[in-house]
Amino acid sequence: MTTETLKRAPAVHSRGNRKQARRNTLIGWTFILPNFVGFLAFTLIPVLAAFALSFMEWTSFTAPRWVGLENFQRMFQSDTFWIALRNTVVYALGHVPLTMALALVLALLLNRKLKGIGFFRVAIFFPYITSLVAVAVVWNMLFSPDSGPINQFLHAVGIAEAPGWTSSSDWAMPAVIITSVWRDMGYYMILYLAGLQAIPTELYEAAEVDGASPWQRFWNVTIPSLRPTTFFVVVMLTVSSFKVFDLIVVMTNGGPGRSTTVLSQLIYQEGIGEGKFGYSSAISLVLFIIVLTVTVLQFKIQQRRER
Amino acid sequence: MTNMAEDLKAEAPFIGSSLAPAPEDRRRTQRSRSPRERKKRTTDVVIYAVLVVLVVALMVPFIWMVSSSLKENNQVLTVPIQWIPSEFVWSNYTDIWTRIPMMGYLQNSLYLAVIITCLQVLTGSLAAYGFSKVRFPGRDVLFLAYIGTIAVPWQAYMVPQYIMMQNLGLTNSFNALILLQAFGAFGVFLMRQYYMTIPDELCEAARIDGLSEYGIWARVILPLSKPALASLALLTFVNTWNDYMGPFIYLTSNRLWTVQLGLRSFVGQFDAEYAMIMTGSVISVIPILIIFLLGQRYFIQGIATSGMKG
Repeated sequence: MTTETLKRAPAVHSRGNRKQARRNTLIGWTFILPNFVGFLAFTLIPVLAAFALSFMEWTSFTAPRWVGLENFQRMFQSDTFWIALRNTVVYALGHVPLTMALALVLALLLNRKLKGIGFFRVAIFFPYITSLVAVAVVWNMLFSPDSGPINQFLHAVGIAEAPGWTSSSDWAMPAVIITSVWRDMGYYMILYLAGLQAIPTELYEAAEVDGASPWQRFWNVTIPSLRPTTFFVVVMLTVSSFKVFDLIVVMTNGGPGRSTTVLSQLIYQEGIGEGKFGYSSAISLVLFIIVLTVTVLQFKIQQRRER
Repeated sequence: MTNMAEDLKAEAPFIGSSLAPAPEDRRRTQRSRSPRERKKRTTDVVIYAVLVVLVVALMVPFIWMVSSSLKENNQVLTVPIQWIPSEFVWSNYTDIWTRIPMMGYLQNSLYLAVIITCLQVLTGSLAAYGFSKVRFPGRDVLFLAYIGTIAVPWQAYMVPQYIMMQNLGLTNSFNALILLQAFGAFGVFLMRQYYMTIPDELCEAARIDGLSEYGIWARVILPLSKPALASLALLTFVNTWNDYMGPFIYLTSNRLWTVQLGLRSFVGQFDAEYAMIMTGSVISVIPILIIFLLGQRYFIQGIATSGMKG
């Protein structure tokens, strides 16, 4: 560090340099401190505490006690945990590919200069920032089994036995997935649009000179050039799918029965609802490990592709 | 996690690449009416048609929401659907203020959103300056800790946070939410990404001119980072306004409830008041719509820059 700065400013004496470094540290910290105090107290410490808590028995009525892996044993024997895990995976399997595909299609459609294209982009993006309660409430009514608009539409196109959606344990999850895809695709569309606009025009020109059809240009220029964006979108989508929480709480509250209970919700119910701090932290740790594994795995796949 | 940080940084080039014209259009400069040009016209018309149909289809929930908010309860779920109310019941929009304390809910939401946004923008931009323009040992490790917590799902540490707030006696108060949400790592990350694109030479020149580091932050960097500040402010405001889980966990008494909680509880209590529920939903969305329309450019830039939210 010292030698590096010396090279840049040979006139300064090394003691002055050390003083400068100390001054810089002080200045740097004064900038960071206002945020860091809050970050340390309300994010960093809770994160670390969550790890420790998962190995402790601690409820609102008992004092904390170290129990090793007991929480995990109990968790793996609980069928609610497995149901919640399964539901979360099902949600991700529906939400990730559907959102990604629709976001890409929308981005391709909207990646052109037409009069009023901005309006279309904005309109498609808007659901993403609409308040979740309003979204959930509206979709719950749209999904209403007897006279909701969606089932009326299904009847009109000849489906006699339309699904019960949020009132049926088989169809509640698809209803949640449809709602969340509708809500999220505008956001990922923006990411894809940014990706599409970063593709150099020359690539398309060269492909055209070579006589590539639009379809070939799409498969051989657009798709490969979008790979970094796609990768990013998949990671973001997968992580957000495993975190799904508020939409479920507001739309179905985990029901009917336990058919849409997800991991985040279980953490809430056990930890804040019932005050089982240790046990709920064990579930948190599982959620974190899943999210981390998915992310790392996707990075590995990406690295191998790039090689 | 290091990898993740690297990748997030790799997204930074999106900065400044505001949505530029598509490749095809740049080629379309000469105004000849070649067959190709004519073909392009027809494609445009087809695309328009597709887009209009698509957007209308995607907007159905909103259309239905607004239309239902102007109906009587028994006309909301009719067979067949009435897209336009047979009689406009404007009184829903006057009655809702007395049916539920809507004004109080709106005030609470506004209060929280404004305070949290101000704190987040201020502390975020200060910290971002420290992380991008001041060199000191340990800085990058610290930043990694910030990035690392972005990767940890919030749900994984909400229980320790809750225990902490309980012990501080802050549950059922706005302070809990303010403390939890005003110092987010996300704001620091977003601002730092932007500051990295501002050349260090600018700060260097200001330093030679005798400006202190705080002076550089206030007079050089802040004015230059208006778009990023706007992005962060808008994203934070909308996030806070729309947040359901935070208020749901921490705010128990009705007088503290936000619009989201108030609306949800209204739905729980009077689930057959379809029209009034839709009226409440429309009212809860209107502030977001206004803010979004005023600052849509910044929303989109902010997202393209950081590629992430909350």
